[in-house]
Amino acid sequence: MSTKASRSAARLMLAPAVILLLAWMLVPLTMTLVFSFQRNLPLRGGFLEWVGFENYVRFVSSSAFWPAVQTTVVVVGGVLLITVVLGILLALLLDQQMWGQGVVRIMVIAPFFVMPTVTGLVWKNMFMDPNNGLLAYLWRFFGGDPVVWLSDVPVFSLILIVSWQWLPFATLILLTAMQSLDSDQLEAAEMDGAGTLSRFWHIILPHLSRAITIVILIQTIFLLAIFAKIFVTTQGSFGTRTLTYLIYQRVLESQNVGLGSAGGIYAVILANIFALFLMRIVGKNLDR
Amino acid sequence: MARTVTAQRKAINTGVAWVIGLLIFFPILWTLLTSFKTEAQAIADPPVWFFFDWTLENYRVVQERSNYTRFLWNSIYIAGGSTILGMLVAIPAAWSMAFVPSNQTRNILLWMLSTKMLPAVGVLYPIYLIFIQLGLLDSRFGLTIVIMLINLPIMVWMLYTYFKEIPTEILEAARMDGAGLREEILFVLTPMAIPGIASTILLNVILAWNEAFWTLNLTAARAAPLTAFIASYSSPEGLFYAKLSAASTMAIAPILILGWFSQKQLVRGLTFGAVK
Amino acid sequence: MGQIVLDQVTKSFGDMTVIPPLDLTIEDGEFTVFVGPSGCGKSTLLRLIAGLEDVTSGSILIDGKESADIPPAKRGLAMVFQSYALYPHMTVRKNIAFPLRMANMSREEQDRRVQKAAEVLNLTDYLDRRPGQLSGGQRQRVAIGRAIVREPAAFLFDEPLSNLDAALRVGMRLEISELHNRLETTMIYVTHDQVEAMTMADRIVVLRAGHIEQVGTPLELYRNPRNLFVAGFIGSPKMNLLEGAMARKHNAHTIGIRPEHITVSTEEGEWSGVVGVSEHLGSDTFFHVHDTGLADSVTVRADGELDIRHGDRIYMTPRHERMHKFDEKGHRIA
Repeated sequence: MSTKASRSAARLMLAPAVILLLAWMLVPLTMTLVFSFQRNLPLRGGFLEWVGFENYVRFVSSSAFWPAVQTTVVVVGGVLLITVVLGILLALLLDQQMWGQGVVRIMVIAPFFVMPTVTGLVWKNMFMDPNNGLLAYLWRFFGGDPVVWLSDVPVFSLILIVSWQWLPFATLILLTAMQSLDSDQLEAAEMDGAGTLSRFWHIILPHLSRAITIVILIQTIFLLAIFAKIFVTTQGSFGTRTLTYLIYQRVLESQNVGLGSAGGIYAVILANIFALFLMRIVGKNLDR
Repeated sequence: MARTVTAQRKAINTGVAWVIGLLIFFPILWTLLTSFKTEAQAIADPPVWFFFDWTLENYRVVQERSNYTRFLWNSIYIAGGSTILGMLVAIPAAWSMAFVPSNQTRNILLWMLSTKMLPAVGVLYPIYLIFIQLGLLDSRFGLTIVIMLINLPIMVWMLYTYFKEIPTEILEAARMDGAGLREEILFVLTPMAIPGIASTILLNVILAWNEAFWTLNLTAARAAPLTAFIASYSSPEGLFYAKLSAASTMAIAPILILGWFSQKQLVRGLTFGAVK
Repeated sequence: MGQIVLDQVTKSFGDMTVIPPLDLTIEDGEFTVFVGPSGCGKSTLLRLIAGLEDVTSGSILIDGKESADIPPAKRGLAMVFQSYALYPHMTVRKNIAFPLRMANMSREEQDRRVQKAAEVLNLTDYLDRRPGQLSGGQRQRVAIGRAIVREPAAFLFDEPLSNLDAALRVGMRLEISELHNRLETTMIYVTHDQVEAMTMADRIVVLRAGHIEQVGTPLELYRNPRNLFVAGFIGSPKMNLLEGAMARKHNAHTIGIRPEHITVSTEEGEWSGVVGVSEHLGSDTFFHVHDTGLADSVTVRADGELDIRHGDRIYMTPRHERMHKFDEKGHRIA
C-alpha cells in the first residue's frame, strides 16, 4: 500500500516523532560536546576559556577515575552474572508444572516494578542497617556479628540490591524465550537418548542464546546508568562511585561543567558501543 | 504440548518455586507488613511477623506530615501526561512506519532505539541549563516533556511491533470499501490495535512512574513526584521504618498492580520486540 | 458500466521495473483472468487498477475517466483479497455493511442490501458471528458479500481461492462464475492456477515478467498459443515440447503436442516408449513414457481403463493437425 497520497501522509505523521527525538538528542549532546572543551565553572561565572582536550585528559587522569571504572565494571559484571545465571535457573523452574504458577510468577516479577528510590531505601534501612536491619537480626540469631553492609561490603551490597531489582527482568525475558521453544524438539532429543542435562546444554541453552545476549546488552545499558539506588544509599561513598555517579558529582556537586561534560562524552561513547551490538541484533530481528 | 508429570514431581516443583518466589518477594512483603506496625514494633528484636497491633496510623501520619497527596498528584500528572503526549506522537509515527514502510524505516527505527541508549548523565547539564532558561526547572510540565522524550522510542517501537501484526490487506480492504484515511484509522486500525495500544500505555505509565534520574535532578519542592518524595526519607531525621514502609507501599502499590497486568507486554517493550 | 483501459502503464519499485509499458482493454461485463507464474506482476497490475499503488507512468481509464488522482475509495471498484481481509472486530453483518456505511447509506437500505447479499451467498445464519468463528469458505463468501453490496463498476479478485482446500475451491469457482453470469459486472481475477483461468474466464491475459504474452479466450489460448511460454503454461497436463531431429523434420525448432492429442496403442504407432509412472484419474489415464528418443519423458492421455502397466512398451501416434510449431525464439510458426 503505497501511493503518493499515503506516502506523504505517512511522512507527515512520522515527522513529529523524528523531529522531537532529533532535537532531544542533538541539542543537549552538542552542548555537552562544546562544554567539554571549555573551562566552565558556573560558580565563577560559567565559561572561562577554551582548553582543548584538557578536560578529557584530566577526567581520565584524576584519582577518582580508575576506581570508578573498576566499581562500574564490578557492579555491572556482578549484576549481569547473578541475574543471567539465576534468571536461567528461575526460568527453567517457572517453566515446570506446579500449583499456583501464576502467583509464583507474580511474586518473582514484582521487584522490577518497585521504584528505584524505594528499593534503595528499603534495603538500606530495613535489611542492611547494622542495628535494626533484618539481616542484622539474622546474623545475631546465628551468633554472628552483624555486618555493616553499606560500609564494610558496599559494592557487594549494591550488587545485591540492583540484582534483586533486575533479576525479574532477566527471568521474565528468558522465560518468554523458553516458552517459544518447540517441545517437539525436546521430545525428539529425548527419543534420541539425550538426558536432562544434555537436553539443557544442547537444546535449551542454544535456543536461549539470543535472549541471553539481549538481556546482557539491555541490562548493561541500563546498569551503566544506575543512579537513584546509589543516590539514596551511599551517595557514592565507600567505593560505590560508578562512572555515572562520578560524572553527576563533577557536574552538579563540584560544579565543574567542563570536566563533567568530558566524562559525559565518555559515557555516551561507552553506551554506544553496547547499543551498536544491541542494534545489530534487533535490526536482524526486523528483517524477519 | 506440555506433558503431565507425576504428582510427586509437581509437588517438588511447587515447593521449590514457592520458597524461592517468597524469598524474592519478601522485601516487598516485609515493607507491607511493617507499614502496619508501630515504630517500636518495626524495630523490635526479635522481629514481629503477623501478630502485632495492626494500625493505619503510619499512613495517616505520612499523609499529614509530608503532604503526600501533592507528590501523588505530581506523579499522576507526570506519568499520565507524558503517556498521553507520547501516544499522540508515537501512534502516528508507528502507523506510518508499519503500514507505509520506506527504505529508511529500518534506519529510523534503529536510530530511535539508539536515542534511548543515550546516557542521561551525559546531557544532564545542558538540560539543566535549558530548563533554567525556559523557567521549567521544578515544573511538572518540563518533567513531563523530558520523560515523554526518554520513553518515546520504547512507545514507538512497541506500537510498531503491534501494528506490524495487523495485516496490511485489511487496511487496503477498508480503502477499497470507501474509507478515507480518517475512517480507516478510526473504524479499522484503532479497534484492532487496542490491545497493543493499551499495553503500550500501561508499560509507559510504569516506566514514567518509576523514573528517578530526571525527577531527582530537575525537581525540588513544587513538582517532585513520589520517587523524590521517597528519596527525602534517606536523610536520617526522617528515618522511621514504619512510616518509610507506609510511604513506600503507597508509592509502589498502584504500579505493582499495573505491572502484574503487563508482564508479557513488558518483555516486548523493553526488548524492542526482539523477544515476544 | 465498467470498462477499464490501461494505456502504456508502467510500474517500477526503485530501480526495478515490474511492469514495462503495457496496453490492455477490459470490456464492460467481461470476466478477465490475469494468469502467470508468481512474480509475473499480475497482482501488481491488479493493485494499480485498484489504486492501492500509483502507476509510474501511463494511465488507467475507468469508464473513460483518468484515474490517477482518484483514491481507491472513490474508484467504485470492489476487491476480494487472498487473505479475505475481513475486519476481525466486526460481525459478518457489519463487515458486509461496512462499504455501505462508508457511503453514508441509510440504515434501512444497508439492512436490505446486506440481507439480500446474505441470501445469495448462504450467509443468513451467520450474520451475527465474527470472522474468527467461520470456516475458510464462509469467510471467502463474506469477503465476496462485502464486495457485491456496493454494486461496484468492477470486481477485483486477488487469488481469492488459494487459501481454500481443493474441494472447496471447485465449489467456489462455480459460485463466482454464477455470480458473474447473474451480475454481468466486469470482473478481473488474478490467479497463478491455469485451471481457474481456463474454467472461469471470458478472456485470459497471460503475463510473464510484467509482459503480456497473449490475450484471448480460453480456447484460443488452448488452440493457438502464440509462443512456447503460453503453450507450456496453458493446459493440464502440460504440452509435450520436443526439440531436435523430430522438430527439424517438421521444419521447426520446437514442436508441441498435447497429451490428449496423441493416440495410444499397444501394437503400433509412429513413436514408441516404455511406460514409467501412470496416473489413473478414472476417466482418463496419463502415462509418462520414457525411452522414446524424443525427450526425457513424453506424457500421453489414454482411456481410463486401458490395461497398461509400468514397464510395458506402448506405441503413440500424434495427431499432426494438432501439432504446434515454434521457431528458435519460441514464437509460433503459422
